[in-house]
Parts: sequence; structure tokens; C-alpha cells
Amino acid sequence: MIFDCHVDVQLRPGIADPQGSTIERSLPTLGFDGIDGVRVGKSIRFQISADDEAGARSELDDLCARFLTNPVIEDATITLSPAAN
Amino acid sequence: MAPVIGVVQFPGSNCELDVVEAIEGLGGNGRVLWRRPPISGVDGIVLPGGFAHGDYLRPGAIARFSAVMESVIAFAADGGPVLGICNGFQVLTEAGLLPGALQKNHGLKFRCSQAHIRVETINSAATGTAGVGDVLEIPINHFEGNYTCSPETLDELRANDQIVFRYVDNPNGSTDDIAGVCNAQRNVVGLMPHPERACHPLLGSVDGRSVLGSMLAWTSRGTSALAAPTSASTVR
Repeated sequence: MIFDCHVDVQLRPGIADPQGSTIERSLPTLGFDGIDGVRVGKSIRFQISADDEAGARSELDDLCARFLTNPVIEDATITLSPAAN
Repeated sequence: MAPVIGVVQFPGSNCELDVVEAIEGLGGNGRVLWRRPPISGVDGIVLPGGFAHGDYLRPGAIARFSAVMESVIAFAADGGPVLGICNGFQVLTEAGLLPGALQKNHGLKFRCSQAHIRVETINSAATGTAGVGDVLEIPINHFEGNYTCSPETLDELRANDQIVFRYVDNPNGSTDDIAGVCNAQRNVVGLMPHPERACHPLLGSVDGRSVLGSMLAWTSRGTSALAAPTSASTVR
């Protein structure tokens, strides 16, 4: 089976986010008020072949832990769905 | 015989020749090592600055899987001195040879200037000939030098005397002003400033000689000396 994968990489809670805070600081001068908690991450999309969803998820967990994230500072949220065609 | 320092060149490294030049100026024998293993016949290894493998995904994230890193990890496990400078520091953290991580500078500022860093311990492969409290003027040149770690890791670093250098004036938001750390065995050291760029009077500072000279001195210790803590009085 082929699955569409979306890996959302975010800095872990409590880790300072220089990009998020820079964006947040700029918002009031642009006229956007009342926005806080800005966090910037990465969105990675690809397809994976596996026998079943459990197999795909297991491989993705390993991929995220070893390569797509730095577990010292980042977490990944994985979304899997069967490919449309 | 002059100690041989291997300077690993990844695709995208750009400070390897500067390090070789600085090592030779200190009486060592610098040798550029292309990223192919095995590494042999060296007394120390430097991972230089630059943009190894383009810094894609994260600085060091791809370089850590380079085949040469197996040799670097084995060399470090045997007690050999390994120094990561700037991008090399990032590679060492990604490879798990050093704790913590380096993320984007506070305020998203690329920092390129002289920096003053304070030697916090002389029990490391990069500070053995320095003195605690010495302030070194060494250039920095980075966007992702903001040292970050968990509170637990920070406690461990402090308790084990693994914080090797602190910035006098924190330029990038690093946790606890950290500019450089070492591993628990003290033979692997990473720092963001570039000591190789402060080894000649024409460059405005010669303080980098303290760092690279300490590494050269460490090569003569042999691995048996690694575990033995040294006090300031015995080293100086």
C-alpha cells in the first residue's frame, strides 16, 4: 500500500522559538493585535510504501527520531492516510 | 614528532584550510581528510566550520550520517581529541557526541564579529593549556549558534564541569551564555567561535592559539590520562 504522509515538526514546548517570537513582535506594527503564542515549524510531505498502516507508522517513527527531527529540541506529529491513487 | 591533526572536509565545509594553516603555525601537522573513511594515522580530529552537506534540514543533520562519522565516533570512543568548530559543533551535537542542540540565533540575527569568551574549565581537550577565567577574543560567524538544552541537561553540564566556554556578552541567546561544551570524558569539545581565525596578529587576535594549542598538547597525553581530572595548579 502507498500512504500519503505529513510530518509536522515543531519545537518542543518550553524551547524558545526565535522565529516565532520575531514574527510575533512584528505583528502589532503591522496592525495585527491580539495574536500570541506564535510558533514556527516545518511541514514535510511525502509518500511511503508499506504492507499496512502499522508498518508505515513504525518506519515513520524511526525516520522522525533519527533524521527528520532533532529530539533534543523538536517533536513530530505524523499524519498518515492511504494515497488517493 | 609533530602531532597529526585530521581536519574533516565534508561537501560544503569551508574552514578546513584555515584550520590546517593554524595547526601548522602551532607546530602541528594538519591534514585535510575527505569525508571518506577510514581515518587513520591521526592524533586528533577537527570538524571545521562551513555548511556541511548544505545544512539542509538542520545544520549537521545530514553530515552526521556521513560514512566518515563512524570513524570519528570510534576515534572519540578511544579517547582521541575531537574538536568541532561552529558547523563542526553542530555536527557533533547532531551525532550525539555532545549534548544539546544549536538553533537559530535570538532575534534571527546572523552574528559575524569578534566575541569574548571565558574559559570555564581547563579540564578539556581545548583548554588544557589555558587558565580558568581567561577571556579569549575569537571571532564568531553563525546564524544557528543559540545553544539549547533541557533543564536536566543543563544541570548535568554544570555538575560535571562540562561547560568549557561562556560568552562574556551573549550574542545569540545561548542558554546560560554557553559558547562551548565538552562530553563527559572531556576529549570531545564543540564551540561556536572560530579559533583558527584568531591565530595570527594580522587577524587581530592570537587567542585562538590557546584553543588549538591545547588540543595539540592533549594529543601527547594518551588515552590513559583521559579519565584523570586535573586541577588548575597541576596543569599550569
